[in-house]
Amino acid sequence: MARIIVVTSGKGGVGKTTTSAAVAMGLAKKGHKTAVIDFDVGLRNLDLIMGCERRVVYDFVNVISGEALLNQALIRDKHCDLLYVLPASQTRDKDALTQEGVGKVLEDLSKDFKYIVCDSPAGIEKGAHLAMYFADDAFVVTNPEVSSVRDSDRMLGILSSKSRRAEQNLESIKEYLVLTRYSPDRVKLGDMLSVDDVQDILSLHLLGVIPESKSVLSASNAGVPVILDEKSDAGQAYEDIVARYLGENRPHRFIEEKKGIFGKLFGGK
Amino acid sequence: MMGLLDYFKTNKSSSASIAKERLQILVAHERSVRGQPSYLPQLQKELLEVIRKYIDVDQDAITVNFEQDEDRETLELNIVVPDNPTKHT
Ligand SMILES: Nc1ncnc2c1ncn2[C@@H]1O[C@H](COP(=O)(O)OP(=O)(O)OP(=O)(O)O)[C@@H](O)[C@H]1O
Ligand SMILES: [Mg+2]
Repeated sequence: MARIIVVTSGKGGVGKTTTSAAVAMGLAKKGHKTAVIDFDVGLRNLDLIMGCERRVVYDFVNVISGEALLNQALIRDKHCDLLYVLPASQTRDKDALTQEGVGKVLEDLSKDFKYIVCDSPAGIEKGAHLAMYFADDAFVVTNPEVSSVRDSDRMLGILSSKSRRAEQNLESIKEYLVLTRYSPDRVKLGDMLSVDDVQDILSLHLLGVIPESKSVLSASNAGVPVILDEKSDAGQAYEDIVARYLGENRPHRFIEEKKGIFGKLFGGK
Repeated sequence: MMGLLDYFKTNKSSSASIAKERLQILVAHERSVRGQPSYLPQLQKELLEVIRKYIDVDQDAITVNFEQDEDRETLELNIVVPDNPTKHT
């Protein structure tokens, strides 16, 4: 049986696809067979971030409508044999996804995969609903900013009332906070919400903080999930997140501001 | 220089602390109405109209609370009647 993870947020553009790609790659690199699914039908992007856009033949909607087999639509990642991508359709609209169809695909994948990462579209409509419906775990991607925190809280309400686990009175979805685009120096100056501020409001299990980082854009330019850029701060932060999710106990990093040249010279570390 | 940074850090009216305060109020409110039936605001509005035919009450004199526990749902209606109710004409 696979564990189904939804990467969700409510608000758009906060880093869901970046996180989905990085986490899926991280899990696969740790030896777990992983599939990552793009639920953003009509606006697919995951294929670009994963660098497999030119190998898309069939997509999620083709599989649901019976036009292709799951095996034909899954794309094996070129960096890691244990990672597969199921792209979204570019031409169909979100009504092409049905709860029954999504449920069937997830069930089939569950037989063969250890983790299934669902990259949710923004919003709280059909695509986002279906992405979270079957989830066991939710990675709530949040930016330290008012509208993102508010939308995350709304999404938590939806996870705890509209999901399969809620409807069937099963153990509730495990919710984790992934705080992204964090700038410790702006937090220090008082013009960005701190991790603690966000935690005071959402009180979730903090999986990790991803700093605002140029490496994310470079990685997306190259079509390589940022976690493979092992020297980058964001890559390391995602690596920590995967390890913590898998049960490792790692101290949090990237919450304090980087020491400048003087800090390095005189501040010790 | 350090003094200045410390000032910003502890300044209670920094933009981040304003953001946090606004969020705490908003999120608390949104959580309290979550899961309530969607007809509640309309119900409240219509009740107010009916009552105002007879009693001169304030806009916010009515509160409608919806509560849900294991096996029943309760709708609690609270109307604050002024000391000296006059008929609204
Ligand atoms: N840690 C980060 N540092 C800098 N830029 C980032 C970071 N995380 C994400 N971004 C940038 O933010 C933008 C949005 O990221 P992404 O596409 O992952 O968000 P999304 O939540 O999937 O968006 P959508 O809601 O449209 O699906 C991208 O340009 C990405 O490069
Ligand atoms: Mg996205």
